Amino acid sequence: MTTVAAPAAAAPAPAAVAAPAVTTSGLAKRFRGGQLAVAGVDLHVPHGSVYGFLGPNGSGKTTTIRMLLGLVAPTAGTHTLLGRPMPASAAEVLPRVGALVEGPAFHPHLSGQRNLARLDAADRTADPATARVRIGTALDRVGLSAAAGKRYRAYSLGMRQRLGIAAALLQPRDLLVLDEPTNGLDPQGTREVRALVCALAADGVTVLLSSHLLSEVEQVCTHVGVMHVGKLVAQGTLDSLRQGRAPRVSVETADPAAAIRALAAQGLSDVDTDGRVVSALLGTAAPEGVLAGLVRAGVPVRQFTLDAPALEDVFVSLTGEGFDVSG
Amino acid sequence: MSAVEAAVPAVAAAPSRAGTGRFLRSELDMVFRRRRNQVILAVLAAVPILIAVAVRLAAPPEDPADGPPFLYGIAGNGVFVALTALTVVLPLFLPLAVSVVSGDAVAGEASLGTLRYLLVVPVSRTRMLLVKYVAAVAYCVVAALTVGAVGAGIGALLFPVGPVTLLSGAQVPLGAGLVRVGLVALYVAAMMAGLAAIGLFVSTLTESPIAAMATTAVLAVTSQVLDSVPQLDWLHPWLFSHYWLDYGDLLRDPIAVDGPARGLLVTAAYGLVFGSLAWSRMTTRDVSS
Repeated sequence: MTTVAAPAAAAPAPAAVAAPAVTTSGLAKRFRGGQLAVAGVDLHVPHGSVYGFLGPNGSGKTTTIRMLLGLVAPTAGTHTLLGRPMPASAAEVLPRVGALVEGPAFHPHLSGQRNLARLDAADRTADPATARVRIGTALDRVGLSAAAGKRYRAYSLGMRQRLGIAAALLQPRDLLVLDEPTNGLDPQGTREVRALVCALAADGVTVLLSSHLLSEVEQVCTHVGVMHVGKLVAQGTLDSLRQGRAPRVSVETADPAAAIRALAAQGLSDVDTDGRVVSALLGTAAPEGVLAGLVRAGVPVRQFTLDAPALEDVFVSLTGEGFDVSG
Repeated sequence: MSAVEAAVPAVAAAPSRAGTGRFLRSELDMVFRRRRNQVILAVLAAVPILIAVAVRLAAPPEDPADGPPFLYGIAGNGVFVALTALTVVLPLFLPLAVSVVSGDAVAGEASLGTLRYLLVVPVSRTRMLLVKYVAAVAYCVVAALTVGAVGAGIGALLFPVGPVTLLSGAQVPLGAGLVRVGLVALYVAAMMAGLAAIGLFVSTLTESPIAAMATTAVLAVTSQVLDSVPQLDWLHPWLFSHYWLDYGDLLRDPIAVDGPARGLLVTAAYGLVFGSLAWSRMTTRDVSS
């Protein structure tokens, strides 16, 4: 009986840790020129999620990230990082946050290693005794060990981006804020960054990943927020966003006219044809039943597919003109 | 229980002091290992060498009033090379050097974008300004001492050295004379530290290090130009450059402190005012570079 008490006493600790990694409430920024870059954003990044922060260039993503990290003072609104109010708790929260903001930036005349040593020296919470090991590990993790002693000036765009990610990994982090982390990387590098993000997420790190490319975040994210002209137009799990759009069935057949009749007879709406392919909104019908109905009606079915709504379409519908520059 | 409670604050407090020391060392490393800043120090060190060689090769001036102060004394005592050189670099070379280092302090990081990464480490903006200012002052001290030390060295090499005749006419032994030269160099460094505070403030205003350097240098020259216009004599006591050459009292026996003390006081006031301006600007600005 007495042994039961011990785990119960320890229980509140995980609950405290599981506070949302990022919350914002009415966060807004009006620049001195009068331009409203961010107009009342309510972000909610759950603990342990990989949050894809999407939006066209100029939609206010980077300004939002700068406000999250305390670089830019919000005009209105409040926010928390790892459950603590910002910017009041910056000194205790930011050491647990790794960040890549609007591309890498380092001293060109210093080597990659010495640039990281400089950042590590500025961190009061960093243990100087382990600096060399931590810097080596971070460089190794992004595949830069061989170029560690090279001057930053001589780095390619991809190497610079990797060094930026290495800087975010100098310490164990609870939250990583990565703004366009695969900018300038080749396909191989993009895959590596994706694998790295997955590995970090598996370790329990919350990742806020901003991008203007849907394809980049779709494969790694659990949650998505979509910015458009300074506003957060959608936010939630990937699945909840997909459900915003109804699935369709499509039938490839030699007799489109019969297929159209059969689909309409089953009560499917928005029946449309494109030559030999007939499609319709599935609605509440079961796709298996629809196929059986087609066969019963004597429609020669060559191929039957259920089109899961493409996320791309969801985003295009949210951001209007698509992923071009907005504002 | 008590052991656990004691451990928590210890862990939280321990890194803070070591951390700032590390950051300051890193900043000093950045300033003094930067090729540009090393070249500037080399140019400053070349001034006493140039003066000494010129006096060695040419005949000494016939009239003590010719040339910069102390020049006349060089042929008789090499120690005066140091004082001549300090006086020569004071109006322009030294202010330029200090303008480069202090103007670059924040604007340089802003233009590279490294400022945002330092701030999210996190480095508090106040701590960053303090570290940047201490490093700039260190550069002032090293620059002034370099000119003095190289001057004394080359003077000893090319000219006889011995007891130093002070401005008051009294003679002090060589060692005491060198101490006086060191005091002059430190006074000059303190004057430059005032300029460095102005440079640091200018540096927080812009993302262009060149603009910050040029503005600081222009302010230093403007202050001296205004100081040379007799019609503006009401303004002179308020100009930061007005006291730069007031180290003469350090070369009297006994040392008079009135002049240098006034210079140090005004410079400290400038440092305080511009340091506060830099702080208020730095802690409220949006870092969007």
